[in-house]
Amino acid sequence: MGLQIIKPDTNYNIIGLRKIAFVLSGILILIGLASLVIKGGPKYGIDFAGGIVVQAKFQESVDVSEIKDALAPLNLPGLAVQRFGDAEANEYLMRTSQGTIKAEDVRNQVKEALTQGLDGKAFEIQRLEMVGPKVGADLRSKALEALFYAVLLIAIYISGRFEQRWMTAGIMAAGLAAGIYVLQLLSMPMTYLIVAAMIITVGLCWYLKLNYALGAVVALIHDITITVGIFSLLDKDFDLTIVAALLTILGYSLNDTIIVFDRIRENLHAKTAKTLGDTINISINQTLSRTLLTSGTTLIVILALYFFGGGVIHDFAFALLIGVVVGTYSSIYVASPILLGFSGSKGAGSEGAPATANAS
Amino acid sequence: MNGSLRWRIILTLVVAVVAIAFVLPSFPSLHTSGLKKVLPDSEINLGLDLKGGIHLTLGVDVDKAILNSVAQMGQDIRAEAREEGVLVLRPRVNDLGELTFVLLKKEQQASLEDILSSRFANLKVNGKTVQDNGQVLYTIGLKPDYRAKLEKMTLDQAVKTIRNRIDQFGVAEPDIRKQQDNRIQIQLPGLDDPQRAIKIIGKTAHLEFMLVDEEADVSKAVRGIVPPGSSLYQLQKRRADGSYAKQPIVLKDDVVMTGQYITDAKTQFDSYGQAYVSLTFNSRGARIFERVTGNNVKKRLAIVLDGKVYSAPTIQEQISGGRASITGHFTTDEAHDLAIVLRAGSLPAPVTILEERSVGPSLGQESIDKGVFSTILGMVLVLGFMVVYYRFAGMVADLALVLNIVLILAGLAAFGATLTLPGIAGIILTIGMAVDANVLIFERIREELRKGLSAKAAIQEGFGRATLTILDANVTTIIAAIILYQFGTGPIRGFAVTLTLGICASMFTAIFVSRIIFDLWIEKRKPGATLSV
Repeated sequence: MGLQIIKPDTNYNIIGLRKIAFVLSGILILIGLASLVIKGGPKYGIDFAGGIVVQAKFQESVDVSEIKDALAPLNLPGLAVQRFGDAEANEYLMRTSQGTIKAEDVRNQVKEALTQGLDGKAFEIQRLEMVGPKVGADLRSKALEALFYAVLLIAIYISGRFEQRWMTAGIMAAGLAAGIYVLQLLSMPMTYLIVAAMIITVGLCWYLKLNYALGAVVALIHDITITVGIFSLLDKDFDLTIVAALLTILGYSLNDTIIVFDRIRENLHAKTAKTLGDTINISINQTLSRTLLTSGTTLIVILALYFFGGGVIHDFAFALLIGVVVGTYSSIYVASPILLGFSGSKGAGSEGAPATANAS
Repeated sequence: MNGSLRWRIILTLVVAVVAIAFVLPSFPSLHTSGLKKVLPDSEINLGLDLKGGIHLTLGVDVDKAILNSVAQMGQDIRAEAREEGVLVLRPRVNDLGELTFVLLKKEQQASLEDILSSRFANLKVNGKTVQDNGQVLYTIGLKPDYRAKLEKMTLDQAVKTIRNRIDQFGVAEPDIRKQQDNRIQIQLPGLDDPQRAIKIIGKTAHLEFMLVDEEADVSKAVRGIVPPGSSLYQLQKRRADGSYAKQPIVLKDDVVMTGQYITDAKTQFDSYGQAYVSLTFNSRGARIFERVTGNNVKKRLAIVLDGKVYSAPTIQEQISGGRASITGHFTTDEAHDLAIVLRAGSLPAPVTILEERSVGPSLGQESIDKGVFSTILGMVLVLGFMVVYYRFAGMVADLALVLNIVLILAGLAAFGATLTLPGIAGIILTIGMAVDANVLIFERIREELRKGLSAKAAIQEGFGRATLTILDANVTTIIAAIILYQFGTGPIRGFAVTLTLGICASMFTAIFVSRIIFDLWIEKRKPGATLSV
């Protein structure tokens, strides 16, 4: 047999640590939320806020302030210029929020301003992106919608698949659709609508006792909130590729969660342990080496992408990096303990922690 | 070798060969070899972010087009009514986009409404008020279903026009499609000069014919006192030295005709060698033009293109036969460009650029290089790790992984999907996750071995138990991918396609192909050999 990270007879008392885990998660989420509140929401990139991004490559090194001065006559609001990529590449990224400049003229005017302001230093515009404010708002609500539908469909799938309760899952979907419809009548902004939808989903899962779905959905919300929070904390731009990253994280984290749940279900059938808490603990331990291995190989490739993938993909890789770490953690320390917490009365006398403590 | 195993091996080999055949054409170095003839044509499309190119979203001002057509109907109603001896005055479009006009004699209400219902079936009377002086004020609107139809037609025509224009200038594989909210998305891959494309596409060439307000005082208008129902414009005049002079001119707001009826436009030269553009209208356009000119003899008719007045000749006589010309002291080139744009079709409504993304070809190449490098690096690291950790089984997993990548690339080529930068990221991520299925199986086999099962039984149990888990786990990722595809645009869709292909390929390789190798091992093993997993 090859190497083994986790010894076969390992039995970490994961359920016993859940209170610490909850506190840790809570702190992380609160820090992220606080950052979001203080900064007045996520820092949207041009995809969502509208604006202009120009990436230019110069023949020789140019000072950032020189570029700023050259562009000053255009009166671009919120202009930010930064070096991009390797130091010797002489690449610069110019960003601005939507200005009065007409879309048709952006390229010409930027070109002209740079040519005149920099005494004819040779440069090439490598990339230019302009997103109008209306398109930005649309992309934003579409992205939120995507996140929402992903979570909803996943909740339905888990309830159906794990508890054979497709009917109940259907009822949940109908209840959610009705709730969203009513909220839409009140013409709520999309952001609140999504938050409300998440609350309704969690509420319905709880009320209909869809415990597996509840655990998975809470873990997903946990992962996304923490990733968004860290992005806000680090002042990183939020754009379409980050949403793609979030959805990937969602899929990945869920992957992990389901593999643990699968094992829990299997062990419940086989009556491996007396209490649900013990069953969960055993299941997590059994799948632990797989969880760590897969996360490890995934992290290897994401790190390759992060360090060598180039500037355009950098933030995307960073989001995946956080997501995979948080997603792995949440499938071990969040999803299953929640499953236990809400099925508490089912297992014989399992108030979770005490029972598990005895067993381990 | 037992029968089922043989068939599984044959199937896998066939899949692998077909996949490789689909991947090979994407390598440019193969294009010159003789192999090219026998391989499929499909290549992997590179997205705009990798190949360079331009992505535009245009907003079409459909409301403006509808206002124009409502105004046109006003003119039509007045003309048709006059033929029946019914006098209708001052057709106008109000702020709500409705048509208003005055019927001079209230006794003629029945005959007017008869005309309306028989010849203008798309309109409905929203209101009428009988005034003290015996006149009746009518408010008329479009029927909702006709309005919807008109909106759709306008957008369809805009798409067609833009396609015509792009075709005239020759861009390979343009992708032009309608989006919701009256938007059009345009993708032009591999284009070197985005500025030129934007100029061609963005030129609305929205042609309008408007009457000059002869009573208005131009000097007052310049100071901001414009009579109601009219607006101030600038008439462009080209001087002998090539510069342009602007001359203020006051036009009535009613558009008497638009360019949508043009069937042809040509550059021609008058007797002084001056270039002008001659227009040919279709039959409906010809009728309207005949009526407009007939009703306005000795008045000036302004030709307005994208809000600029090019010329404002005086109508000498009624013009029948469906021809008109735009004179504007053009240079030959200007007249030529104008003719091209008008021939390719005037846009039925003004358009604005809502979104532009363009990537230069050099940056695209750099992105590919970096993407490919990090993919290969990540892959090599994972391959090495698997061998170190699982030994023999690790090699099996590596084989499955390589086949997995080939299958993804083949899938991209076969479906004509587009590989984008996030798509490359998708492949990289798949590499990480593809081993997951194998890891699940191997860990399971190890567990069964520890329970004391024989190698054969452990393999059987391991694959059997892990398969369901793998299916469960992957279905959810596919759900996320489908949603990405549904709501995403451009690069994100590419990512979703890649991710889906990756998951399907990894299930095939991990569950089916790896199993074959293990089964082969069982068949060939010597008694007492231990499974290296």
